[in-house]
Amino acid sequence: MSAETSDSPAESERADRTMHFSMTGVREGFIECIPIALSVAGYGIAFGVLAAQSGVTVAEAAFMSATVLAGAAQLIAIELWAHPIPVGTIIATTFIVNLRYVLMGAALQPWFSRLSPLQSYGSVFFTADENWALTMGEFRSGSRRGAFLLGSGLAIWIFWISATVVGAVSGAAIGDPARYGLDFALTAVFIAIAVELWDGRSRLLPWAAAFGVAIGAASVLPGRWYILLGGLAGCFAEVVRVAA
Amino acid sequence: MSAVTYITKAGGLWLLSRIEVPEYAEAGLAVLPGAIIVSIVGPELARAGPPEWGAGAVALLVAWRTENVLLALVSGVAAVLLFRGV
Repeated sequence: MSAETSDSPAESERADRTMHFSMTGVREGFIECIPIALSVAGYGIAFGVLAAQSGVTVAEAAFMSATVLAGAAQLIAIELWAHPIPVGTIIATTFIVNLRYVLMGAALQPWFSRLSPLQSYGSVFFTADENWALTMGEFRSGSRRGAFLLGSGLAIWIFWISATVVGAVSGAAIGDPARYGLDFALTAVFIAIAVELWDGRSRLLPWAAAFGVAIGAASVLPGRWYILLGGLAGCFAEVVRVAA
Repeated sequence: MSAVTYITKAGGLWLLSRIEVPEYAEAGLAVLPGAIIVSIVGPELARAGPPEWGAGAVALLVAWRTENVLLALVSGVAAVLLFRGV
């Protein structure tokens, strides 16, 4: 991703191009991202319902959505949620599953290097998969609106938190989850995320490695460490595949 | 969770102004979220039975056709209720 990005036309014109960071950019990013933010809200409702089912309070779920803003990591934290809370496992898994953001941030660098540290490092807090893709498209087409990531991210942030609250309030009103099949809801959501992440046949090898190692580790290790081990096995298999 | 998430979001921006990321590392990082999800769902489904396998297939199909997470959730849950009932 980054190798191609640094050779893009925008990069070669870097010297004579300045980025603007203004309220207009924020507003335009916000408005253009609203349709996407609406679809994110559907996901947020699902997260809220599942969080409430796992015993997370409405306030805790809203706080998590406001400060973390990373859908897959939040759902995994909910999956791992128990009393006492397995803090180490949750933080380690959050870090690993979010490592993709390192790549996404790296791809923004050619444009963000022309903003002030406060503007760029403030904006990246609002990175989500959806508005990152929108912003990359915007920048690659030659836009100088440096505040676009912030504006589009704010749209996602607001819809994400509101949807979490709606989901958590209705989720808390439902009694025994298994009676309504809701014990299966998180699995269904993970399957849907996997479908989104399926990038074609090249995914087969790393996913098979992850599957095999996770099943093996789950039968011999206590706790949920098999999730991290499976993820790392998939990563390792992909590194070997690409390097070979 | 907030702190480690922010570290990953800001890390790439910070890192790339200093080093070049090799292609294999990039590929390895890109595959991580999917591999983690497979590692969660795999053992879970292996422990479950035919109703969950069938409902999983329904959720997969709906997610693939509609690309809608909420719809996949609703149909997966409806399917598991139906299959557990029979």
